[in-house]
Amino acid sequence: MRNITLENGFNCPLPINNYDTIQLAHGSGGRLTSELIDEMFVKTFGNEVLNKMEDQASLKLNGNEIVFTTDSFVVDPIFFPGGNIGELAINGTVNDLCMNGATPLYLSVAFILEEGLKISDLFSIVLSMKKAADEAGVKIVTGDTKVVNKGQCDKIYINTSGIGVRNSEVDISASNLKVGDKIIVSGTIADHGMSIMTSREGLSFQNDIMSDTVSLNDLVKSMIETTKNIHAMRDPTRSGVAATLNEFAKQSDVGININAEKIPIKPNVKGACEILGIDPLFVANEGKLIAVVAAEHAENLLQIMRAHRCGKDSEIIGEVVNEHRGVVVKKTILGVEQIVDLPLGEQLPRIC
Amino acid sequence: MKYLDEFRDPKLAKYLIEKINKIASKKWAIMELCGGQTHTIIQYGIDQLLSENIEMIHGPGCPVCVTPLEVIDRAIEIAKRKNVIFTSFGDMLRVPGSNEDLLKAKSLGADVRIVYSPLEAVKIAKANPQKEVVFFAVGFETTAPANAMAIKHASDLGVTNFSEIVSQVLVPPAMEAILNSPLNRVNGFLAAGHVCTVMGYWEYEPIAEKYSVPIVPTGFEPVDMLEGIYLAVKQLEEGIAFVENQYSRSIKREGNEAAQNILKEVFQIEDKKWRGIGEIPQSGLGINKKYENYDAALKFDVTSIKTEESKLCISGEILQGNKKPFECPAFGKECSPVNPLGATMVSNEGACAAYYKYNRYKYLVNQ
Repeated sequence: MRNITLENGFNCPLPINNYDTIQLAHGSGGRLTSELIDEMFVKTFGNEVLNKMEDQASLKLNGNEIVFTTDSFVVDPIFFPGGNIGELAINGTVNDLCMNGATPLYLSVAFILEEGLKISDLFSIVLSMKKAADEAGVKIVTGDTKVVNKGQCDKIYINTSGIGVRNSEVDISASNLKVGDKIIVSGTIADHGMSIMTSREGLSFQNDIMSDTVSLNDLVKSMIETTKNIHAMRDPTRSGVAATLNEFAKQSDVGININAEKIPIKPNVKGACEILGIDPLFVANEGKLIAVVAAEHAENLLQIMRAHRCGKDSEIIGEVVNEHRGVVVKKTILGVEQIVDLPLGEQLPRIC
Repeated sequence: MKYLDEFRDPKLAKYLIEKINKIASKKWAIMELCGGQTHTIIQYGIDQLLSENIEMIHGPGCPVCVTPLEVIDRAIEIAKRKNVIFTSFGDMLRVPGSNEDLLKAKSLGADVRIVYSPLEAVKIAKANPQKEVVFFAVGFETTAPANAMAIKHASDLGVTNFSEIVSQVLVPPAMEAILNSPLNRVNGFLAAGHVCTVMGYWEYEPIAEKYSVPIVPTGFEPVDMLEGIYLAVKQLEEGIAFVENQYSRSIKREGNEAAQNILKEVFQIEDKKWRGIGEIPQSGLGINKKYENYDAALKFDVTSIKTEESKLCISGEILQGNKKPFECPAFGKECSPVNPLGATMVSNEGACAAYYKYNRYKYLVNQ
């Protein structure tokens, strides 16, 4: 074998610096998504509401404070263990609305349907949307329907928007984290993402992982009744707990330490992650929230959350620190500290 | 979780770390050969807990990382052809070729699909007789039997619209290449547990003897790794060198004979280019004459695509264990998982990506 020096140049391809077309990773909730949002959308549309970069916009209309949000749902498969695209569309928008303490009230629903979609499938999706809306206490008050040629969308896409009433007694925002605050997760992580991943075609192991899709507004209501000292709250959907904590750390310019051993995860979800080589911290949840609360209220809040049907596996998983601002750090089981970075894009199952 | 948690037991791990640090009286450099092992070392921070006398050198055992640029260019060229369904394991999709990666080709309309098994690709071929289905068969002895089986299976079924673009490499010739390098610093090896599960470890016995180098086939959990390191250091301290099986719950000396037989049936040993290392004689597997109709490089006539690798990154030195990711001036700056300059930054099992993902905090703090 020849000698290796920098000069004779062990190889490496030219870098692909920037994609000039949209990649799936631009929609994954990872780094490429955030670059697209920051560099194109916020720079173009920017205003005092949008620039806050919350999951919901807080608006003042004739002296009334309301919150407003929108979300689109394109999940494949449309039916999965534990739910379907319709429930997801209701719960997702309800959860985005209530994460700053607001009470969700009204939703719009827009369908894009592919020619050839079974009417019976559509009806079961619609029925479960009705059920999810009733459970969350919201009404679907307006909507839209479009049908596209076969092949121009994948069976059904749903957009939901929602409005709610803001709670002026609390000030919950991703930029409000304070040094010393505790970080609570409301239950087991990665259930939804691994349910979807293991029910896709081509994976031939038995799948009993259920999505966690559920509306969290009732849990949030009882949390706010317990303490007004919740500083930040967000539902860790795309790119999971890692992405949410990174957003918190950056927007509040604080450091976050988490303890890997404390993070709740179901054994079957952990097993599927092990097999596919996927880190559960980066996997989507659809029925969990992360709350950041003043330390002296953390234990009390944890007990209230555990008493609620949507929070029974809640755990304190970490705290806000003054060091390594903007960076999330986790302690391994051997006590070594490591960075938890924003993921690049989709996690890709590894070769072996 | 059973069969995992026991091998991640912090108490046992700390006990082994103490034992290693106690017996390591001199400086020893130990190379873990497999990318999965590199990932475990960095993920759990094992390197940070070992005595300064033990240096872990990360070996060339990441299948994504050692696949040559020209094979990736050939794969992308095939994927872009009309009438082709191109199938691959997930982590090959983001590896940069000369100008683009498979994800980019996909976004421009190529039918690129992630599969979890090459047999799945044969199924796709059977279901789409009017299309050509190609599987990207890369990796070490671990992936080779399933990739060979897919070809045999397609042949048995009479499926003719299936083929593989093959870049299979073998561990023992790479070990010898490292040991023969004038820059070699490796005193002992942790051999890859899954490669040895397939091939056994008899092939390593002459290497251990010829080069007086301890070789310990080792598993992938922290306790496995630490026991493997302990066994290697113990041999070094005692001045002995032989093959010692740490991963006995999975590895037999003779390996998995059924898997070896299917390799012999479909593949032949060939000279092979390794990304970052260059050509190593008799270090890879290619499809043999009997099954040449399943060789996508021939079928799609892409063997004329030859790509010289550029001089921008030092992944070659990293793959050979001569340099650590931090020693690269581009690490974490021009080169990150978002803009990988080299393959070692792409795959989870690549040393640079593992350092970037888990170890950057320490690096940043020390800056």
